[in-house]
Amino acid sequence: MNLLGAAIDATINWHSVMFYVTSLIACGFALVVLLTNNIVRMAFALIVSLSAISGLLFLAGAYFVGTMQLMIYVGGTVVLLIFGVMLTAQKAFITMRTSAGDWLLGLLVGGTFLAVLVQLAFSIPQWESSSYQAKSDQELTAYVAELEQEIQSGKTLSQDQRQKLVQLEVEATQGEPQRTGEIGLALVGLRPDKDPQQSEGLSGYLLPFEIVSVHLLVVLVGAAYLARARRQQG
Amino acid sequence: MGEYFAGWFPAGWEFLGYTLAALIQAVLLVHVIALGAFVFIWAERKVSGRIQDRLGPTRTGGAFGWLQSLADGIKLLSKEDLMPKDADPILFRLAPYVSFAASFAAFMALPFAFDWVALHLNVGLFFLIAVLGLEVFGVILAGYSSGSKWSLFGAMRQAAQVVSYEVPLGICVVVPLMICGTMDLVAIGEQQRGLFTNWLIFHDPFIFVAFWVYFTCAVASVNRAPFDLAEAESELVAGFLTEYSGIRWSLFFMAEYGSMILVSALAAILFFGGWNGPLPVFSGLMDLAPNYLGNCWWFGTLANLFGVLNLLIKASIGVIAMMWVRWTFPRLRVDQVITMCLKYCVPIAAVCLLGVLCWTALGVPFFNDLLPSQDRSLVREGWVRDAEKRAAKRIEQMEANAKQGSQGDVE
Repeated sequence: MNLLGAAIDATINWHSVMFYVTSLIACGFALVVLLTNNIVRMAFALIVSLSAISGLLFLAGAYFVGTMQLMIYVGGTVVLLIFGVMLTAQKAFITMRTSAGDWLLGLLVGGTFLAVLVQLAFSIPQWESSSYQAKSDQELTAYVAELEQEIQSGKTLSQDQRQKLVQLEVEATQGEPQRTGEIGLALVGLRPDKDPQQSEGLSGYLLPFEIVSVHLLVVLVGAAYLARARRQQG
Repeated sequence: MGEYFAGWFPAGWEFLGYTLAALIQAVLLVHVIALGAFVFIWAERKVSGRIQDRLGPTRTGGAFGWLQSLADGIKLLSKEDLMPKDADPILFRLAPYVSFAASFAAFMALPFAFDWVALHLNVGLFFLIAVLGLEVFGVILAGYSSGSKWSLFGAMRQAAQVVSYEVPLGICVVVPLMICGTMDLVAIGEQQRGLFTNWLIFHDPFIFVAFWVYFTCAVASVNRAPFDLAEAESELVAGFLTEYSGIRWSLFFMAEYGSMILVSALAAILFFGGWNGPLPVFSGLMDLAPNYLGNCWWFGTLANLFGVLNLLIKASIGVIAMMWVRWTFPRLRVDQVITMCLKYCVPIAAVCLLGVLCWTALGVPFFNDLLPSQDRSLVREGWVRDAEKRAAKRIEQMEANAKQGSQGDVE
């Protein structure tokens, strides 16, 4: 029995199992979005797919981004999409027909994008293995061993050393906490996670954030203008 | 909890322990909704009976008719499961589950006592608000897939209402968040430890106003009267629910009762001290005998059990207040609902936000500071606190090892 247990332990990592299940749901419903003709069913499949992606982010420990995904994409954008469908629907259920040209164009654009993304993903060495947890565990054990030696040589621990131990404990058990504040600071141009001496040029996400905001504002103004113009004509 | 159960199993089979822990937590959470709905459906009938000067249920299960919900449930289960001919079969069947799943998922991040939470997130509050907004999907899907004009219009009214009330709700939730400086619900509840004057509702006048705005928006976002024009069963043929019957109909109502409990419990955590009672009984006992009680495993569990009781009582008071409101006020028209949200709730919430900002930025003293019982700065986020405990244990062990080692050397 112990042998079987060891075999299971060696082969099954339950975190990975959850990852595969969730990503299967995400990809499967993404395929449903592609293959179904009914727009409302498409929207529903999109919701499930996007929720599964937020589940993936939760599995990766990025709680803030996962919740953002739920709030913005699942809660906001898709509600708007369904609203649009409901307001523009002429019949009870709209079906969409895609011509061969559309398929070709879609495959071309999507395939190119996929190729770029895959290459990008594999070009970053940290993403190839999930050694983050193991690394923080190692760091913790190394530090504990260091402290143990110091104690055995008769020294008492200083406050700083205790603080560092607490910090390592937090990182080893919960991932890195308190990232929310750092994300907020990074959005306004400060990168507390980077060494200020090392970062060169533009740091932080202020410029993209600003561009996206202005873009959203333009879209809002345009939508308001279109809605007004139509009412005046009618 | 997972680590505890993992210890029961031999090496290599720890995952069974984790699975067991997850199952226990899931079953407990389902029962919060199921038993909550069971109790509150009965309570709703009694409360409405009292308010309308009648008795409500009296016979089923004894003097108070306390088994009435069970009778209702059996009736609903035995009803025929109807589907209109024009409906979209897949979406029509799925919609109640979507609604219920959204309500259920929000309970994952809701702490019932200190660290008694299924999923301890450092963005718990944000997660709750995000998931609460997903419930509108079930409604829209139900209304759209029913193939009926009543359902479609009901769903659109409901969607407009929920989406617009999310704005003031979000602003009101930011007010306690700003004072506590964290989105971790466990930490927010823990910061209100001590005497009841430590509860955030007594923090300053602005947050007191913000609570009432929050409660109004919560009532609207869970689609209760006087904001229930989406389903207005007497005038508008039950809106998005028109075509539903039997168990699917009751799933929508389970979701509604689940959300009522959720927003009330959230109000209790954000404004009314969460699982902390009005008097700090357990921390007082702890101060009396810190060396003995601090090492007792049952003491913390007992304190947490009373914490759960506290939270459930506070949440129940919120739910009963919602029922009271439902049977007291007339239903609002759709234009009145939107006016209420955009002309009153949003500006008042914004003023509260700015007011609390100025109040804390200017350093005006608040009641909590005048009380000596609490050192607010000592209360840190739950994770750090846990880590401190573990680190202390580790250091203790290291010192013990060192002592043993040195003795060995001497001998």
